[in-house]
Amino acid sequence: MVSLSQYLILAAALFSIGVVGVFLNRKNLVVLLMAIELILLAVNLNFVAFSHFLWGMSGQVFVFFVLTVAAAESAIGLAILIVLFRNRRTINVDDFDTLKG
Amino acid sequence: MHIRPVLPEIIVFTMACVILLADLFWKRRFKGLMYAATQGTLAAAAVAAYAARNETPRVILHGMMAADYLSVILQIAIFAMTAIVLAYSRTYMTERGVFRSEYFALALTGVAGMCVMVSAAHFLSLYLGLELMSLSLYALIAMQRDSVPATEAAMKYFILGALSSGLLLYGLSMLYGATGSLEIGKVAAALAALPRQDLVATLGLVFVLSGLAFKLGVVPFHMWVPDVYEGAPTGVTLYVSAAPKIAAFALFLRLLVEGLHGLSGAWQEMLVLLSFLSMAIGNVVAIAQVNIKRMLAYSAIAHMGFLLLGLLSARVSGYADALFYALVYALMTLGAFGVIILLSRKGFEAERLDDLRGLYNRSPWYAWVMLLFMFSMAGIPPTIGFYAKLAVIQAAVSAGFYGLAVAAVLFSVIGAFYYLRAVKLMFFDAPVDAMPLRPGRDLRWVLSLNGLAMVLATPWVGALIGICRAAVRGFP
Repeated sequence: MVSLSQYLILAAALFSIGVVGVFLNRKNLVVLLMAIELILLAVNLNFVAFSHFLWGMSGQVFVFFVLTVAAAESAIGLAILIVLFRNRRTINVDDFDTLKG
Repeated sequence: MHIRPVLPEIIVFTMACVILLADLFWKRRFKGLMYAATQGTLAAAAVAAYAARNETPRVILHGMMAADYLSVILQIAIFAMTAIVLAYSRTYMTERGVFRSEYFALALTGVAGMCVMVSAAHFLSLYLGLELMSLSLYALIAMQRDSVPATEAAMKYFILGALSSGLLLYGLSMLYGATGSLEIGKVAAALAALPRQDLVATLGLVFVLSGLAFKLGVVPFHMWVPDVYEGAPTGVTLYVSAAPKIAAFALFLRLLVEGLHGLSGAWQEMLVLLSFLSMAIGNVVAIAQVNIKRMLAYSAIAHMGFLLLGLLSARVSGYADALFYALVYALMTLGAFGVIILLSRKGFEAERLDDLRGLYNRSPWYAWVMLLFMFSMAGIPPTIGFYAKLAVIQAAVSAGFYGLAVAAVLFSVIGAFYYLRAVKLMFFDAPVDAMPLRPGRDLRWVLSLNGLAMVLATPWVGALIGICRAAVRGFP
């Protein structure tokens, strides 16, 4: 049987991969969007694990909402990405240096 | 069903859809109709919120929303700020061809999200409100779609915003694991029963706090603020700089104060650090800026540090002071960006500090108005900004954070330098650009009133703080 702590470790690992992916990725914006998805999925795994092992249904209901919002979020992210590509003809993260922050 | 306290959200959201659809049919025939409809919606929603002011504080809709005086006050403030934003940006956005129904619809959905945030009593409504606001903001920033800085700013804001939502959610999942509930009230009760240093709950707190700090834009989670303020069209910067700050502040009250009061010792220490760093980095880096929008962005970071001074006292009077600070700050920043909009015209963006040069020669009245905003931001009496700063510093002192209070005073002295530099440029330098200013009627009147409010409101500071006290009365 897989235990709660194993699920939590897996979720933490996925979450860390996602965060590291956001910060270390200097090449491709699409990979960045994927890293963000990974973070949200790690959160979902956490909610499902807690709700299955400890607290009943409410966590799983929350996951449905997170999934829906994640879909809306990637829609907007990809839309911005396309607009950006039209303006700059690149999706390389390092090239976005008009703003110096 | 107790629907009345959520009537403002319903009105705003319905009208956002109506405006989007109506535009398809009536765009040509009635110019200005959509603008009037949006302002009307905001006014109607404010009236609906005001009508619910005497409801007994309770949680409605199966534990989703809190109906209390705090949400009434914050919602009315959000409607007012947004109405001011639309009035200011009217000419500016029209000249850039983006004063269309998409702008109004997105502004209204953002407002609906903020209203849900400020009255959230459940992790779910809190998260959905936050995302509704954030998604509208991403789209608003990218509205001017042929502008390279705007789209880049939107992308940066999107990535960091999504990351911060992820952090916040991860923290919420930890809190759910530790307490077994998604309702903020029940979380608070369950935390009180836990041992003092519960690892899972503390870990959850750290993640939640970093997510919230991102949304508020405090150091070290501030990287997006200057870029977004600079890159976005000034009309949208206005929107981003005022109402969302109030909503993010409300999240601090709802989550940290109401939900995690059992961990207040831990979050006080973290907020001390965030507040100190924000005041230090915000005020010092702002001095080095030549772009006025970036300067105001760093000033925003510094102001959020001051705002946290009130929160970290972990007392009811401190929360009231912080709430007062948030509202005053939103008015000041609206005014300052309003003056930047005033200086811009078709084909010209006022962005550099040099564009302020000689404003007194071009228009003495607006130079005085800008002087009031700058004095108020610097915290010079008799402006209302002085009283706000005084209140939060007093809150920190009364909670025993003497060192931090001294640091706050020192940093506000450093901050005064760049506000006064702007005043010097306006009054004592020759204008670089002698084009006459031609503000629209909305901008002229509202901006003047906004500026005068900085001094004329001072006799009522006591009453205003009293209202803020009443709003947070029930808090632990």
